[in-house]
Amino acid sequence: MVIGCGRVGSSVARELAAEGWDVTAIDEKEEALARLGARWTGGFVVGHGMDAEILRRAGVPDADAVVVATDGDNTNIVIGQVVEKRWDVPCVVVRVLDPARADFYAARGMRTVCPTQTAIAKLAEAVRRESRAAETAATS
Amino acid sequence: MYAVVAGGGKVGANVARSLLAMGHEVTLIEQRPYRFEQLQEEFEHQVLLGDATELHVLERAGIARPPELVLGVTGDDEDNLIICQIATEGYKVPKVIARVNDPRNQEHFDLLGITQTVCATSNVLGLVEHEVPEHGFVHLLELRKENLEIVELQIDRDSPVAGKRLAGISMPAGARVISVMRGGRSELAEDSTVLRPGDQVLAVLEPGKEDELRRVLLKR
Repeated sequence: MVIGCGRVGSSVARELAAEGWDVTAIDEKEEALARLGARWTGGFVVGHGMDAEILRRAGVPDADAVVVATDGDNTNIVIGQVVEKRWDVPCVVVRVLDPARADFYAARGMRTVCPTQTAIAKLAEAVRRESRAAETAATS
Repeated sequence: MYAVVAGGGKVGANVARSLLAMGHEVTLIEQRPYRFEQLQEEFEHQVLLGDATELHVLERAGIARPPELVLGVTGDDEDNLIICQIATEGYKVPKVIARVNDPRNQEHFDLLGITQTVCATSNVLGLVEHEVPEHGFVHLLELRKENLEIVELQIDRDSPVAGKRLAGISMPAGARVISVMRGGRSELAEDSTVLRPGDQVLAVLEPGKEDELRRVLLKR
């Protein structure tokens, strides 16, 4: 199950479907279906991820894994906890853009993925690599 | 007492004003700049601009002291839930109260352990029910933390318990009659109290026992 079918959610859904997973995506906008491509054979449910009835109907209680990637950090954190606590889904991964909140909930056992933290690390590393290369060039 | 009020809409601003008038120390947090400017005229340094679900904003509001009370009263239920979770779990704030904007989200607050909640819509519905009772049964009060509720019902002529003493009525487990109102006067229920048609009965019960209680007292 992929909750939130934007750029990130739709790509995760397509990638997992290509690997043979049975994937259903949920998004509050019907247009989001287009992101899954014309040949999408998985499920798609229109509705809000905070709506427990929508989640039930989409099959979340029986899911092996749930990816929560709507565009709201707090919405994702709440949905992630609800899915984990109410239905005992074994693998719940939650996208949280704010590094501080991602850390806070990770420390409480939530599997959070923070794209901002990844970007920070990569950008800083790119600059470091550049300056190391310049130093090496200067000394040689 | 020190209180942090997250959300400076009508609810938050009025609560903050009242707490200040009672002599408490308050920090109000509001994230919309235009609203913040309005609030600043009244609350001056006691209002803070920022998103109260961001840890550094809460830190600036003194969440680490910690306050005795944190109120999550923004217009967004997810935000209110997160604010209350961060306050209790991250900073050991002893008392948090959350506003529930959409009553359908109530179950999420319950599930995630935010037991003190206020939902205006549910309250309005309760009042409507009070005016137009369905099946002679009115929900007066829900004590979530205690897992109890208080209901009011009216004994009518067809009631199987009309004319019976309370001691002689086998009440469902987890339910008890508290008081009986008759002719505008309320009396605490005793074993010797006899129920009569027209009596307004207050009962305390565990949620989910409504149907059993209805069957015993009203037979429907």
